[in-house]
Amino acid sequence: MHSVLGDRKSVALLLGPALLVYSLIMLVPMLWSLGYTFFTGSVISGFTWAGTANFSKLLDDPALPAALWFTVKYAVVITVGQVLVGYGLALLYVYFLRRAGSIVRTLVFFPVVLPTVAVALLFQKFFEFAPQTGPVNAAIEALGGTGVDWFSTPGTAFLVVALMDIWRSMGFYAVLLYAGLLDIPDEMMEAASMDGAGTWRQIRSIVLPLSLPVLVSSLVFSINGTLKAFDSIYALTGGGPGSATTPLTLYMYQTSFAYGDYGYGSTIALTLTVLCLMVTIFIFRGTRRDLAGVE
Amino acid sequence: MAPHFKAKNLMAAAGAVALVLSAAACGGSGDDSSSGSSAKNFSFLAINENTTIAKTLTTLSQKECATQNTAQPLEIKNQAQASLDQQLQLLAGQGALPQLFTAANAPSLTSQLADNGSVLDAASVSEGVLPAASSTIKSLYDGKQLVLPTELNIEGIWYNKKLLADNGITTPPATWDELVAAFAKLQAAGVQPISQAGKGGDGWGVTRWVGNYILRQQGPDALKKVADGQAKLTDPQYVAAADAIAALGKAGYFGKSPTSIDYATALNTFLTGKAAFIYMGSWALSDFNDDTKNKIGVDNVGFLKFPAVTGGVGTADQMPANVGTAIAISKKGYEGDANTQAWVKCIVDNYGTVALRDSSQITGFATDAGVEVPALTKEIQTEIGNVQTSVLWFEAYFSAKATTISQGNGGLLGSGQLTGEKFMQTVTANLG
Repeated sequence: MHSVLGDRKSVALLLGPALLVYSLIMLVPMLWSLGYTFFTGSVISGFTWAGTANFSKLLDDPALPAALWFTVKYAVVITVGQVLVGYGLALLYVYFLRRAGSIVRTLVFFPVVLPTVAVALLFQKFFEFAPQTGPVNAAIEALGGTGVDWFSTPGTAFLVVALMDIWRSMGFYAVLLYAGLLDIPDEMMEAASMDGAGTWRQIRSIVLPLSLPVLVSSLVFSINGTLKAFDSIYALTGGGPGSATTPLTLYMYQTSFAYGDYGYGSTIALTLTVLCLMVTIFIFRGTRRDLAGVE
Repeated sequence: MAPHFKAKNLMAAAGAVALVLSAAACGGSGDDSSSGSSAKNFSFLAINENTTIAKTLTTLSQKECATQNTAQPLEIKNQAQASLDQQLQLLAGQGALPQLFTAANAPSLTSQLADNGSVLDAASVSEGVLPAASSTIKSLYDGKQLVLPTELNIEGIWYNKKLLADNGITTPPATWDELVAAFAKLQAAGVQPISQAGKGGDGWGVTRWVGNYILRQQGPDALKKVADGQAKLTDPQYVAAADAIAALGKAGYFGKSPTSIDYATALNTFLTGKAAFIYMGSWALSDFNDDTKNKIGVDNVGFLKFPAVTGGVGTADQMPANVGTAIAISKKGYEGDANTQAWVKCIVDNYGTVALRDSSQITGFATDAGVEVPALTKEIQTEIGNVQTSVLWFEAYFSAKATTISQGNGGLLGSGQLTGEKFMQTVTANLG
C-alpha cells in the first residue's frame, strides 16, 4: 500500500478523475459565480461590468437583513431541535427501548426517506385553515379553541416550518447519535450504577462527555444542512406570507432566476458562503478545544 | 507486473470516463430544434392554471391542424404560473425555449426576451389577429406584436344573482359605496362576500382591486404616471386606494383566509355558490359555461363593471382589458423550421373559432361568424365590442421583481394584515 501511495502517478491516477469532475462541477461554477458578483444583468439581457455596485447594493438592500436573520434563526432553531430531539430519541433507544428499539427506530426514521415536497404538502394539509380545516385546527376546535391561520403570520408559519423540518430529520440524527451511544462501554455504566450513580448522573458524567464527538458531528451536519435550506421552505410556504419565511437561499434564487439579476444573486450567494465559512470556523475552533478536553 | 504500462492505460481510461461524465453533466436535454432541420415535436409550454389553451391546441392537432400535427406532433409541457417567469429565463438562457410558450407574467420579461432575440415579433404571421387585440398587445410591448392573443378579455366583478336576491339585494351595486354596503349586508347574513385568491403569486386577484380603485379614483393614466416617475405609489391618494382594499380585508370580506386560497379554489368557491362576488377576467367564461364546474348555473352569473368611486375622475366605462394568458413564439424555433411555421399559421387561422366553439372563450383571433355561443358569452362579446377606453392592471408597468412582490403581498392586504401604506411601501421599494 505504501509503495502505491508513494508513487505520484498512482496518486494522480486515483485522485485525478474525481478531482477533475469535482473541479468541473463544483469549483468552476463557484469561481464563475464569484465572477458574476462584479457584473449586472442576466443571460437574457446581457452582462455589464458593475464593479463593486452589487456589494454597495447589498448594504442598502432592505430585504437582505430580513433574509439573513431568518436564515440564522432557522439554522439555530432547527439545529438545536434536530440534535436535541435526535439525542433524546437515541437515549430512549439505548436505555429504555432496548427490545422494541428497532421498530421505533424504523418508524422515526421513515420521514427521512420521504421526498421533501411530499412532506411539505402533508404539513400544508395538516395545518390547513381554509378552505378546509386541517386535522390540527380540527383538534384545536374540538378542544374548544379557535383555529389558527398558521401560514398567514410570520410567527406561526415559522413554527410550522420548524416543526416539519425537525420531524423530517430527527430520525437521521437519532440513528447517528444512537451509533455513538453504542460505543460507550456497558461496564462503565454498570460500574457507575454500582457506585450509586442515578440515571441522570450517568447521562451527565458518562454518556454526555463520551458522546460529545458524535454530537459535534451532528451539529456540523445540521448547521450545514440548515444554512442551505431551500426545498422544504419553498414547498411549504413559498417564502411567505409576504417574504417572512424567505431564507438567503430562496432570496438568491428569486433574485437570480425570477428577477433576472444574476450579479446581485451571486453576491447574495457569496454572503451565504461567507456565513457558512464563519460558522464552520467557529464550530471547528470550538470543537478542537472541546475534543482536546475530552481526550 | 508492469506498473508503468498499466498506469498509463488506466490513466487514459480514467480520463476518458471523466470527460464522458463532465460532458454528460454539461449536456442539455437533447431536444434541440436549432440544428436547422425540423424539430421532432411542436412543443408548447403551458401553465397549470389555464387548461383552455392546451385543450384547444389538442383539438386543433386532432382536427384542423391534423396535417401539421402529423409532420410535427404536438407536445404539451406544464408549469405552475407562479414559477413561469423563472422557467422562461432558465430556458432562454440555455437557448432551449419551446417553439410556443405561455408569455411571461411580467410583460417586461417578454420584452427582454424579444430584445435578446428569443421571441418572434409575430406581426408578420398574425393577419388573423383582431385590431383591438393587436392594439392592446402593441401598447404593452412598445409597438411590437410579441404575443398571440389566445384571449381577449375584459375584467370586472362577477356576481351570483340568486345569492344577492336571496339577501335582499335586488339591484346590482353601481357605485363603490353600494358595493361595500352589499358586502356588509352579505357578511351580516353569513355569506362570504368576495372569493379572491391570495396565496403566493395568486395574490394578483387582490391587487387587481387596488389597481382598479386607483384608476377609478384618479383616472386611466394614474398607473402610467407612476411608471413615468410623475407620481409614487406611496403618494397619499395611491395609499388611500390600497387602504380601501385593506379595509375590505380587515372586515373579512375576502373570506376566512385569502392567503390560503389559490386561483382554482377561489374560482371554485364562487362557482359552488359559497361566495357572492369574484373579480375575474372574461377568460373564466369557459369555466362559467362548464356545468361540471359551475354549480350555480350560467344563467345565475352576472357581470359588473368595476364601479365608480365617489369623487373619483375615472369612470366605469374605462374597462380593464387585456389579452390575458397570451402565447409567444420562439424566434429560434420558428425561423428555418417549415413545420413549425405551418403549425403557427394553422393556429392563427383556426384557434379563435375552436376556442369559441368548444370553450366559449373569446380570443383575439378572427372567428367564423356561424359559431353559436351561450348567452353570457354573447353578453361579454358585446361588452368587449363596446370598450372605448381600456386600462391596464396594477402591475402592468412593473418589473418582474415588483410584480412578484406585489402579487406575493396581495394576500396579506386581502386579509387585512398589511396596511395600504405598508403594502405600497413594499412594492415601491422593489420597483427598481
